[in-house]
Amino acid sequence: MKYTVTITIRLKEGMLNPEARAIQHALKNLGFQTEDLSTARLFRITLEAPDAEAARKTARQMCDRLLANPVIHEYTIEVE
Amino acid sequence: MRFAVVQFGGSNCDRDTHHVLVDVCGVDTDLVWYKDGFARQYDAVVLPGGFSYGDYLRAGAIAARTPIMAEVIRYARAGGLVLGICNGAQIASEAGLVPGVFTLNAYPKFISRHVNLRVENTTSPFTMLYREGEVIRIPIAHAEGRYVAPPGEIERLNREKRVAFRFCDEQGNVGPESNPNGSIESITGILSENRNVLAMMPHPERASEAVLGSEDGVKIFNSMIAYIEKYGRRSPTRQEKRT
Repeated sequence: MKYTVTITIRLKEGMLNPEARAIQHALKNLGFQTEDLSTARLFRITLEAPDAEAARKTARQMCDRLLANPVIHEYTIEVE
Repeated sequence: MRFAVVQFGGSNCDRDTHHVLVDVCGVDTDLVWYKDGFARQYDAVVLPGGFSYGDYLRAGAIAARTPIMAEVIRYARAGGLVLGICNGAQIASEAGLVPGVFTLNAYPKFISRHVNLRVENTTSPFTMLYREGEVIRIPIAHAEGRYVAPPGEIERLNREKRVAFRFCDEQGNVGPESNPNGSIESITGILSENRNVLAMMPHPERASEAVLGSEDGVKIFNSMIAYIEKYGRRSPTRQEKRT
């Protein structure tokens, strides 16, 4: 079966996000007031797997071994 | 004695480091292309600065997972000396050779300038020629150099004296004013558990000749050479170390 997994990787709660701060500042310069802004990185990966659970497991391994750094990141995985 | 400087696609301080090792320190050094692997035994491996894989994903993340880094990890586990400079430090941390991660500067721009560092450890193979508390001047050049590690890990690094360098002012005072990138506790050089790996963001190879404005960095390479001369090819692990 072909599955598409969507992996979202974001900084853990409380981690300094200089990118988000800079973007928030730029939005302010354009006249947009924002209360909070965070950023995340999204990976959409199509892969072969026997079932959805196996696809999720593979995606988790991808995160643990390369896509995320456990010191600073947390991630969520959606399978469709 | 022979050093290896590993070249990844995007390394750009490999030849500078090679030049300092060969022409300033007088040690035989090979440039080793990452796809070639190590064809012989080395006394030390240097992971140089640059932008391996264009800093894609996270600085150092992709290079850290190349086959040659699997060799470097094995080499380090066996006690071999590994020095990671700038992108090399990012690669070393991503490879798990040292704890923590170097990530985007608190003010997210590229910083390239000389900074002052306080030498915190003078017993490692990389720092044994310095005096404790000595203030040295070495340049930094990075956008992703802010050191982050969990609080427990920082506490352990301090307890085990595994912080090699902290950013400081000219007098050696450590504080937010002299911390260019927002690193936790101004840490910018860390040692592995057995002290045979040093990951540092500043560039000692750019401060190893008077003509470049500072020779403070050359002691890192000379410390490694002195250590190897004293203890032989494979640096002893902490347990075996004779002091």
